[in-house]
Amino acid sequence: MDKIWLIIQREYLTRVRKKSFFIMSLLAPLLVAATFVGIAKFSGSSETDVVAVRDESGQQMLQHLTTTATEDVQFVAADGNTLAEATNLFKKAKDKQDALLYFPPTFTLDKSTGTQLLANGNVSLNRQSKIRKAVNRVVGDLKLSRSGINQTTIDNLKANVELDAVDLTQEGGRKNNVGATTGAAYFLSILVYMFIFIYGVQVMRGVAEEKSNRIMEVMISSVKPFQLMLGKILGIAAVVLTQFALWLILSWGVTSLAAPLLMKSEVKSPPAAAVAGIQEAKASRDAPTVPNADDAAVAPAPTAVSSPWNFLDGLPIGSIVGGFLFFFLGGYLLYSSMFAAIGAAVDDQTDAQQFMFPVTIPLILSYIVSINVVINGDPNGPLAFWLSMIPFTSPIAMVMRLPFGVPLWQLLLSGALLVGGFLFTTWVAARIYRVGILMYGKKVTYRELSKWMFYKG
Amino acid sequence: MKTPILEVRDVHKQYAAHTALDGVSLDIPEHSIFGLLGPNGAGKTSLIRIITQITAADEGEIRFRGEKLNPSHIAQIGYLPEERGLYKKMKVGEQLLYLARLRGLGRADATERIKSWITRFDLKPWIEKNVEDLSKGMQQKVQFIATVLHEPSLIILDEPFSGFDPINANLIKDEILRLRDEGSTIIFSTHRMESVEEMCDNIALINRSRKVLDGPVRTIKDQFKTQTYEVEGKGRLMVMHPDFEVLKHQERENGHFYDVIKLHAGVTPNDLLRYLISNVEVHAFRELIPSINDIFIRRVRETMPESLVEQKPEIKS
Repeated sequence: MDKIWLIIQREYLTRVRKKSFFIMSLLAPLLVAATFVGIAKFSGSSETDVVAVRDESGQQMLQHLTTTATEDVQFVAADGNTLAEATNLFKKAKDKQDALLYFPPTFTLDKSTGTQLLANGNVSLNRQSKIRKAVNRVVGDLKLSRSGINQTTIDNLKANVELDAVDLTQEGGRKNNVGATTGAAYFLSILVYMFIFIYGVQVMRGVAEEKSNRIMEVMISSVKPFQLMLGKILGIAAVVLTQFALWLILSWGVTSLAAPLLMKSEVKSPPAAAVAGIQEAKASRDAPTVPNADDAAVAPAPTAVSSPWNFLDGLPIGSIVGGFLFFFLGGYLLYSSMFAAIGAAVDDQTDAQQFMFPVTIPLILSYIVSINVVINGDPNGPLAFWLSMIPFTSPIAMVMRLPFGVPLWQLLLSGALLVGGFLFTTWVAARIYRVGILMYGKKVTYRELSKWMFYKG
Repeated sequence: MKTPILEVRDVHKQYAAHTALDGVSLDIPEHSIFGLLGPNGAGKTSLIRIITQITAADEGEIRFRGEKLNPSHIAQIGYLPEERGLYKKMKVGEQLLYLARLRGLGRADATERIKSWITRFDLKPWIEKNVEDLSKGMQQKVQFIATVLHEPSLIILDEPFSGFDPINANLIKDEILRLRDEGSTIIFSTHRMESVEEMCDNIALINRSRKVLDGPVRTIKDQFKTQTYEVEGKGRLMVMHPDFEVLKHQERENGHFYDVIKLHAGVTPNDLLRYLISNVEVHAFRELIPSINDIFIRRVRETMPESLVEQKPEIKS
């Protein structure tokens, strides 16, 4: 036991003292935060689109569009007396105007053929749909009023339904926070995926390095191969946990410092600043929801801005954190022991590729499949259930399900299976490792590996 | 005689399709230098890995100072494997400390000993440097220090001089002799028999997984003496004598000659000398002692003639 401890210490200290670790720990959260603030700035806060309108239809589309205009699209009259002239002028004014909307003389409320949206380059789908919506709304209103319904009635007729999803499994039926839940699911599972991958490969590299350095035999004349393997795996696990802890502390620090500044600017332009503030807070937590302005709007109630972490309200934080740590560690142990076996079996990195394939496939697949099944599908459906039970996929699938709430018995069962799984892979890996580390200059095949498992002593 | 430090009894080891050791028995006496000799693939490394408990024997028993070999003996064994290396990105001092502590040495003790060895080997300026910054020769010194730092009573060196430059090889040789004199037992394993024969007190020859011969070097050499002498001198030597047989005769310039003469049974070297003196001017007279290499080949030829056919080095595992 003493020896494993010594090995853990060495593996841990040599990695933690590296400059790259320090830089990674420091820069990663900042980089992530900066990225999302950047994304928020360019997409989330979305500047108002300016659309020039040339209306030859005589329907006074410009006036109608301007009166019903929303915040995100602004309609102005196009300069010029002909379409060609307007187009030319628009081309010159491309910095100020995003698109040119053309209503041909044939345009009527019932026939819209020939209506064109001209732009320098492609018009993004988002912008197209915004403009189309505005035009549709105007045309719809005009049609209604043409059939004799007055404006007040029209306004009253408009449906304005908002859904508050409530999760009954939560205490007192707390509000279901879809944005945060989905975000957390994405973010946590991508963390598990990335870290198992990155640090599993580190284990493999470490073993391969010991082998190619020829220090392996010196080591195992002092310690058992299993101790050496386990010491390395656990030492690197400690590195990962340190990294997590640093990121968490750092993110908390950055957001705590930055939040007040961001909150101040909120007064001037509410949506933009609120979004930015949330982005900043979420930056370290939930990645992919952020660019989506709709989600951001759902996430924090305006009252929540006092703390940047409030968007997490409604999530089962305890089980998320505990479950994340458990499933991450379980998955890491499961996969890294297999990576260790690969490192032991091969003589150099290029040979490692063919053996990495079958190990990484379940990892990659479980991520891709889980996204479709859990996030885009039913988080509690049968497929999601099975994915979160099989030890090779459960670290990712279960972590992805966590924010949606998972019944306790499933957590326990999946946890037990995962423990069983990594005990099994560690056992197999240790047997391959034990033989592999002393095997030099031999081309290893799968057949060979399976034989090693049954070698004696 | 005292209990040997290591008793190997009828050890067998089988790898998938290859027998690495086939009933090998050895006694390694305390305070001596023991040569474990044989060609590549003979089974030397397999035997050493069993002694160092990296692998276990399929059959047979090994006793360390009379006790059945067990993990508690690891701290008393120092092993320099043939495949040896160091962590390249670790500092010399830290590395030595790490390896010593894995061998069960306390931190304070280890630090103390590292200092004295580092000084002895002139590595002091390098102690804070990464191993990769050291020259190969210096790395070899560090490896040797790591092997003996925990003051093992049994030191096993597998092909110790392969890759060592002559200066370091001599330095290491001196250290080995000193360690022996201070009470350690050293096992040399090598296929280059000539490189260690003058240092070894006892040897064992292994070929094709079996022990071919073992015993004190002196005894073995006496046993394999061929009663053959080299003679150099001046004059016309025409040996026509029933007691002697000339194996080789060379005429050299100015009437000098060089002969290799074998005595027949019951004839002493003095008989030959007397005969020579009465016939020629003798400049040199020397007994031809067979080298361990010669003995090995002779022995193998006697005991397993089939194995002299092209030896293919087996993959060691």
